Amino acid sequence: MAEKVSELIFDEQTKTYSMDPEQVVRDDVEKHHWLNTAKTILKDWRLYLMLVPMLFVFICWRYLPMYELLGSFKLSQTGVEVNDQLYLGFSSFKTLLFGGTELSMEFWRAFRNTFLLSFYGLCFGFPMPIILALFFNEIKSNIMRSTFQVLTYLPKFMSTVVMTTLVTMLVKESNIVSGMGVISQALQAMGIISPEVAEAGLLKNPDLFRTIYQVSGIWEGAGYDSIVYFAAVIAISPTSYEAAQIDGAGKMAQMRYVVLPSILSTVVIMLITRIGSLLSVGYEKVLLLYNSNTWVTADVVSTFSYRYGGMGGGGSSQPGLASAAEMINNLIGMVLVIGANAIARKASDVSLY
Amino acid sequence: MKRKLAASELIFKILSYLFLGIFALMCLYPFVFTLSSSISSSEAVDSNQVILLPKGIQFDAFKTMFTDNLFWNAYANTLFLTVFGTVWALGVAILGGYALSKKRLLFRKGFNFFLVFTMWFSAGIVPQYLNYVKTRDIFNSLGIMDDKWLIVIAMGMAAMNIILLRNAFEGVPSEIEEAAIVDGATEMQVLTKVYIPMSKSTIATVTLFFAISRWNGYFWARQMIQNSNEYPLQVFIRLKLEDYTNLEYLAGWSENYSANSAIYALIICAVIPILIIYPFIQKYFAKGVNMGGVKE
Repeated sequence: MAEKVSELIFDEQTKTYSMDPEQVVRDDVEKHHWLNTAKTILKDWRLYLMLVPMLFVFICWRYLPMYELLGSFKLSQTGVEVNDQLYLGFSSFKTLLFGGTELSMEFWRAFRNTFLLSFYGLCFGFPMPIILALFFNEIKSNIMRSTFQVLTYLPKFMSTVVMTTLVTMLVKESNIVSGMGVISQALQAMGIISPEVAEAGLLKNPDLFRTIYQVSGIWEGAGYDSIVYFAAVIAISPTSYEAAQIDGAGKMAQMRYVVLPSILSTVVIMLITRIGSLLSVGYEKVLLLYNSNTWVTADVVSTFSYRYGGMGGGGSSQPGLASAAEMINNLIGMVLVIGANAIARKASDVSLY
Repeated sequence: MKRKLAASELIFKILSYLFLGIFALMCLYPFVFTLSSSISSSEAVDSNQVILLPKGIQFDAFKTMFTDNLFWNAYANTLFLTVFGTVWALGVAILGGYALSKKRLLFRKGFNFFLVFTMWFSAGIVPQYLNYVKTRDIFNSLGIMDDKWLIVIAMGMAAMNIILLRNAFEGVPSEIEEAAIVDGATEMQVLTKVYIPMSKSTIATVTLFFAISRWNGYFWARQMIQNSNEYPLQVFIRLKLEDYTNLEYLAGWSENYSANSAIYALIICAVIPILIIYPFIQKYFAKGVNMGGVKE
């Protein structure tokens, strides 16, 4: 009762009680909140209609596949709707993670390869664009620099198929019809690889898969990735260099005290992004380059589930198990991405998404 | 002092020319080699005599390819996928990005999260495959027997591109929109007459991203297209490579040029359209990279 009274205001002059006008408005707003929401939506219906195609595409082909993930908790039965399959619980995950079987070993091998391919990419592929950008900056002739830039960006525009076809041909084995690839020849002539290895084809050699993957990755992407660093380098004011020169700084000192601090934030952001995507390897490239000889080093989680999911035709078809394998990988990947993004946000108030 | 400075500068300059020169040549060399090998004679290619320049010129590899209907078919399919795929994806992305750029949109945060989540977590290729098979069945039961339409509509949409467009639209001053509304413009007119012209360069960049990914698309086209007449060029190239590196197939090879030349000729044909438009689109790509960092 006391609550009720407190809302009423006693007017001394007219000797009457009345409601607090602000409270009346508040009550009114509360009462009409949903009505107002509906009205705003109705007024802006065109805006919401514009969202429909996007929602349609994303729900049908990004979110509905997640429904199929249910299969990783079920017994895979072909021709049975995933919802009606027999429930198994976490047994697929257990088999993969702690099975101790051949299959589990294969999964762990794939997981390790996924990580290592990205990690080596981080070690060797990451610094290359920065070095390129620093060198681009040294070339003062515009024509020369543009020529270099255009040429180094070029491989990025080739499709994965064209790129892998080129790689396959350049390091191919020698067979009854034709000789070995031209890169194999060159490497053999320089004494880097033995003739037997060259003859057998570099792509058939599990020890060389990672090297081929990284080198072709650098060849393809370093020029293009240097753009972002180059933008940071040319943003440095010429007066900074002049000031450093007056202070007697040589070229190395200028690099150390002028250039590096200016591009550091870009480098850190790119590094964090790279770390965030450590577990997402471009499976298309691996799939096009690997063969059963190189599975030891080349098989990544995506290609593992590609084979076990019965996609390539042939082999065993266990979509549930295959989904489970990729789900483990992608969940850990998600944690990495979110963590990386949070760190980037802290580090530089630039959010990546 | 002065001399020492000049010396270190000079060394650095020489080093950068040397390094960049070698790297640029490495980027260029495979293409020159490919072109030379595609027009060299069978003996020269098979016995590794072609290093840089063509030897014993022949054009039969190209001639045979140009008379192959399947090749032209694949080319037409790629064009189909690129044109329709880009138009569809761009339309969806512009409409979605525009709606998301409006502060007055209810549940705006929710919609944004809906997009960004797909960048964090993907269901994986096997669930995607099962989902595509189901939707393909639905498409087929609707009478759309051409699997290319599934690829056009379902694939190649990237959340990142929508976010790039959203950010560009957010950068347009709201006063201009208000002025247009006062003048009696509808929502659609505001979008087409104000927002799209004002974010031309971002739209060009996103269009290129879509178009290149469509032109280069391989994996899902190979997985989902059942009728080999509908394969795009990338799948065609890959299948040819698998044929031409198969020893049993090679044993029956009777052309007067090397099987390798046939592959090289195919690569040249796949690459040439991109090389032709490359000088014009290059600057937009450079722009796209720098839009990557996004403030929120």
